[in-house]
Amino acid sequence: MAQIEWEALSVFVFFFALVTVMGFLAARWKSAGVREHLDEWGLGGRQFGTWITWFLIGGDFYTAYTVIAVPALVYAVGAYGFFALPYTIIVYPFVFAIMPMLWKVAHKNGYVTAADVVHGTYSSRALELAVALTGMVATMPYIALQLIGMGVVIKAMGLSGDWPIIAAFIILALYTYSSGLRAPALIAFVKDTMIYIVVLVAVIVVPYKLGGYGAVFSAANDAFVAKGGQTGIILKPGQLLPFATLALGSALAAFMYPHTLTGVFASKSADTIRKNAILLPAYTLLLGLIALMGYMAHAAKLNLSSPNDAVPMLFQTLFPSWFAGFAFAAIAIGALVPAAVMSIGAANLFTRNVWKSYVNPGITHAGEASVAKVTSLVVKVGALAFILFLPVQFALDLQLLGGLWILQTFPALVFLLFTRWFRAEGLLLGWAVGIGWGSWTAWSNGMKPLASLTLGGESYTFFVGLGALILNIAVAAVATLIVRMVLPKGTATARS
Amino acid sequence: MWVLLLIPFIGLLWVPFYNFTEPSLFGFPFFYWYQFAWVPITSFLIWLVYRSRTPDETE
Repeated sequence: MAQIEWEALSVFVFFFALVTVMGFLAARWKSAGVREHLDEWGLGGRQFGTWITWFLIGGDFYTAYTVIAVPALVYAVGAYGFFALPYTIIVYPFVFAIMPMLWKVAHKNGYVTAADVVHGTYSSRALELAVALTGMVATMPYIALQLIGMGVVIKAMGLSGDWPIIAAFIILALYTYSSGLRAPALIAFVKDTMIYIVVLVAVIVVPYKLGGYGAVFSAANDAFVAKGGQTGIILKPGQLLPFATLALGSALAAFMYPHTLTGVFASKSADTIRKNAILLPAYTLLLGLIALMGYMAHAAKLNLSSPNDAVPMLFQTLFPSWFAGFAFAAIAIGALVPAAVMSIGAANLFTRNVWKSYVNPGITHAGEASVAKVTSLVVKVGALAFILFLPVQFALDLQLLGGLWILQTFPALVFLLFTRWFRAEGLLLGWAVGIGWGSWTAWSNGMKPLASLTLGGESYTFFVGLGALILNIAVAAVATLIVRMVLPKGTATARS
Repeated sequence: MWVLLLIPFIGLLWVPFYNFTEPSLFGFPFFYWYQFAWVPITSFLIWLVYRSRTPDETE
């Protein structure tokens, strides 16, 4: 693949240049000419309606890494990799029920981050910091993975070395700095339209060339049987519980991340979020079809050096060079949108819950905006350094742990919408135990996200994040009971 | 009406319901088209709940 694919590369560069110009012009899009304010830079002015939110959340939840990694997993392990489909379906009833309530709390009090909501409710600096740090730490490797996704398609066009990624990321960092959340919101229109075109063409043309979906599934089945039948195109008995718990745990974790919450808080109204819960599943159909490309790679008899090459190789083998370039541009631009929103989400957390809480409590709105802008640059440089200097596997492992960590902020963030019974001390202890037990279990299983439990002679294997969450809630409840006995009045203030 | 939101959880998390290859549809084994079918069904269920709720006062 050392040969540079000039035709594909030209198409790629054209679209990349287009979104770069859009990224810089976005600063003036829907701008009311308001003074410097974190609501403007970090939440796009809290004014995004149904369609902008649909493109923004769709563009930042279904990331470039998803387009590479989900088919790669399906290529390697079959039906088990498909847990992404139930995960991204059941997440929406949850979003519909919970996120409008959270939006209302944030809107009423001018909160920008999850940690703002937690601090505003429990008046606990420690719990605020725990939620903020978890968000930042879980986001960093996620940004690094977007770079890996971008790197895979750049390599497929025959470019070698790190400079293309460094250049792309500097451009991204600059327009995020100047335009804030407006840049990814505007670019998401281009990105999502391109991805829809690419996937719809691929799911029609590829099976047509390979003899239909029946042939695609049977080729995949043959490949798994030939590999020894450990996995297949339906789940093996031992995979049922891991499949279901991964789907549920991932669904509960998905909207605890700073980048997804940023999309929620940036919307205009609670109703915007409700309508999006109805409309966003369209992206899930797309994701399911993308996942099937893992099987198409088997049917096309591709010779892959790594499962991550399944999608790029499929396009290079079955399509003209210009269309492959278009598809690669869609994937690379697909990395820019989430990377921008993630760095903004992490920057908002740092500004509001570390800088404002510990360094400069009297900071002005303009001061918040400039701290966040600089932080977004630092976050991106950090993510870049991450993949330039550390093994790729390290980013993958950390992202996996990140999912388990962010899930442990669920009780602190979601329970307050229903009850004020829990105390900050209890929630903090539950968080610590969940993170500690979950990380240790994943670590001792060789970084597999699964834990095993033997009950009555039967062994059950399940997603470690969900187990840690249950432990977290149990510890939080017991600790709250004890704290309420010792300190009946408590220091907690009423929900404002 | 809110109980409708729980149906997708049951339909998709109880995996023994759908871990089969037959009956297949347009070449898709049951495992796959069943899950795909839940996407529009879930949207529809959420829409039903959305329609039935009383709107927010201040929007």
